[in-house]
Amino acid sequence: MAYRLKLVPDVTHFNFFRWQWLTFGVSAFAMVASVIITLMMGLNFGIDFKGGTTIRTESPTAFEVGDYRQALDGLNLGDVSITEVFDPSFGETRHVAMIRIGTTEETGSVTPEQLNQVEAALKTVDPGVTFAAVESVGPKVSGELIQTAFYAVGAATLGIMFYIWLRFEWQFALGGVVAIVHDVLLTVGLFSLFQLKFDLTTIAALLTTLGFSVNDTVVVFDRLRENLIKFKTMPLIDVMNLTVNETLSRTIMTAVTTGIALTAMLIFGGDVIREFVVAMLWGVLVGCYSTIYVAKNIVLWLGVKRDWTKPGEKKEKAPGEDIPAAFRDAP
Amino acid sequence: MLHIPTWKRLLILGLIALGLLYAMPNLFYNKVEQHNDAIAQMERSGVETPEDVAARAGWPDWLPSGLVNLGLDLRGGAHLLGEVHVADVYKARMDALWPELRDQLVAQRDTIGSVRRVTAPEGQLIVEIGNADQMARAVEIARGLAVPVTSITGAGQSDLAIVGSGNRLTVQLSDAEKSATDDRTVQQSLEIIRRRIDEVGTREPTIMRQGADRILIQVPGIGSAEELKQLIGTTAKLTFNPVVGRTTDANARPGQGQVLLPSMDEPGVYYTLEQNPVVTGEDLTDARPSFDQNGQAAVDFRFGPTGAKRFGAYTSANIGQPFAIVLDNQVISAPVIRQAITTGSGQISGSMDVDASTRLAVLLRAGALPAEMTFLEERTIGPELGQDSIDAGRLSSIIATAAVVAYMIASYGLFGVFASIAVVTNVILILSVMSMMGATLTLPGIAGIVLTVGTAVDANVIIYERIREELRRGKRVVRAIEDGFNEAMSAIIDANVTSFIAAMVMFFLGSGPVKGFAVTLTIGLVTSVFTAIFFTRLMIVFWLDLRKPKELIL
Repeated sequence: MAYRLKLVPDVTHFNFFRWQWLTFGVSAFAMVASVIITLMMGLNFGIDFKGGTTIRTESPTAFEVGDYRQALDGLNLGDVSITEVFDPSFGETRHVAMIRIGTTEETGSVTPEQLNQVEAALKTVDPGVTFAAVESVGPKVSGELIQTAFYAVGAATLGIMFYIWLRFEWQFALGGVVAIVHDVLLTVGLFSLFQLKFDLTTIAALLTTLGFSVNDTVVVFDRLRENLIKFKTMPLIDVMNLTVNETLSRTIMTAVTTGIALTAMLIFGGDVIREFVVAMLWGVLVGCYSTIYVAKNIVLWLGVKRDWTKPGEKKEKAPGEDIPAAFRDAP
Repeated sequence: MLHIPTWKRLLILGLIALGLLYAMPNLFYNKVEQHNDAIAQMERSGVETPEDVAARAGWPDWLPSGLVNLGLDLRGGAHLLGEVHVADVYKARMDALWPELRDQLVAQRDTIGSVRRVTAPEGQLIVEIGNADQMARAVEIARGLAVPVTSITGAGQSDLAIVGSGNRLTVQLSDAEKSATDDRTVQQSLEIIRRRIDEVGTREPTIMRQGADRILIQVPGIGSAEELKQLIGTTAKLTFNPVVGRTTDANARPGQGQVLLPSMDEPGVYYTLEQNPVVTGEDLTDARPSFDQNGQAAVDFRFGPTGAKRFGAYTSANIGQPFAIVLDNQVISAPVIRQAITTGSGQISGSMDVDASTRLAVLLRAGALPAEMTFLEERTIGPELGQDSIDAGRLSSIIATAAVVAYMIASYGLFGVFASIAVVTNVILILSVMSMMGATLTLPGIAGIVLTVGTAVDANVIIYERIREELRRGKRVVRAIEDGFNEAMSAIIDANVTSFIAAMVMFFLGSGPVKGFAVTLTIGLVTSVFTAIFFTRLMIVFWLDLRKPKELIL
């Protein structure tokens, strides 16, 4: 018999909802903790959201952050932060720093003259330094971008909620949305806890994992609906357990393939988009958990309609009846 | 489900072959790019250099030559978000209206009394009249100057909002006219920026309007945002004004209808000029960089017929008097008129180098911006950083694909091979659709492709897991596969629609790299459903037809 790698046995009977209230508590606690952490530590907003200027320097020789700081101290730039960037791909001859200059009151961003001064000052302490990227965002735009980001996450959440409500029942929609909120909060919490750079691409990552997480939730919902029709008298908790067990193999498979792909990106994708990939990877993990323990918990808690046959319709749905006509083949 | 008609098989394979064909140019990126550049160059100039011919021959004409556009973060270049000060135009309109209004009011001095323009907020024209009780008459005169707004939404409304209260007559543009003017100002700015950038001839710049009064400019390959700003940030308003006097006092008070402007070359020197120019840059028909008699860089210009006539008349009447060449409120030079200039051509010289004279010539040819621009966002990405990102993106995509393929084959054996072929096909299809659309690939976009590699197998996984279940229930192979596909379909559709919603939101609300990511993700969703549902199934059907297996280990 051919070998097949199976992370999950063929038939499982885990009782996922034995600790219904415990997991519910853990989720609630994690959400509250994320909010508190974010409120207390704040987010490390990138210039997209906060305004200011970032300069990425690259130098063939090692440098001291202190030297750079000293060189810039005399320029009266206000809030300056310098961080050295490490990446396995850099090797011995590439030393990268990110210099971030906060907004000054009047201009909003650094003026071209100041920028020239900065570049000249750095050249004196490190003659080999080059400026790989210079980006600057004024406070007007950054304010709008924050707003846009909020709208984006809100609009995506509402859109998805509406779709689930259309395809399933309102309990499912609510469960799906609470799962989304859970994922978003936990991701924001992670970014706050580790002070990872939070900018426009992070929002993109957030929206993607949001789609992914709901994707997962919907696949399980789909099976749940099928089982609810099949086992009309079985208690809801048992039907849900059965469903989660049946779809467990798929959930794990997909999480693993996505995880593999993202891990490759995390290691080899370079430092420029590392935060982006971290957000997506974390979102996939959290999304997996929230599918079972947030979305399902809510549905279980709210209860759900058990009789799915339409009035006047006696027989069960034929297989494939749910499929839109475009995807169906002629017999 | 498992019986696929021949025409459908051919269609599926044909689409994939087409995808391969259209993705192929990306393998030979440099060659195809040179080929395309050579063609563009030939279309622009009409002449073909031997290098162009060689570059064009580097890629056959009959093959598709569409490429995936590389975003600024991958290619390097400059990005600017500029805001057009649309209110500048209101002020100019009011200033232009004043002489006409004054003449008409003064003609009625007997009834309305004295007429005086007083200082007013920008964009408003406030006139005080002597007899406050005759305000109705003054309003009537001002109304006579208004014309209907020429825009669809504002049709039927007047272009001026006129209010008389006490002895003050306040005139400003009406809201309908303001929005129509704003629209024209931004359109005009867009057009002029496009002309200026095209004159420099860089490859595929993105110049588009964003929101009501903003313009987004992305120019790949340009050295820095600063360079780009010098090209488009200057209004380049050129005028020739009569000189009244020269002073070193910055606080000198110019008389009525006069302005005090600084000299560009001589610090601390100011000129008092007549406010109304003799001729302006709009009268120019040509400007090109050249050298003056001393070998200094200069710009030669030529007026059109009306400009030449006015300039000729003015110079012949004012021999021996100085006149000023003014660019963006700075006096470039103030030569003395030695003889009447009737040829309609002249030269601007001052302390500038060849680069500056070339730039000035471009600016003069393209015309002046109707309003000032400020920049809200500036980004410069060096080409090396872009190349690093491409390399890192390529490496991680290959590793990700290899790892996912290995995992799929370990999990599903032969069916894993089918899924892997589908995944690789999917990546190729994404690239081909992007090439056909001319979509832009950004660094997050590469991450999107890598993510798609992970999620694209999801549809296959859903199907395969379902087939496993059906097999466990003791169904025969063909039956199990058929039911597996049928039952999995609704889950696949639902799952992709939700992702699609998220991607759409990103597309409409995002900008730059995020938009690029959304495009890649959306294309990836569509192609992955196609490869998972149609292509994988086709491969399985071929295998069933060929082997007619009695048992299937999945």
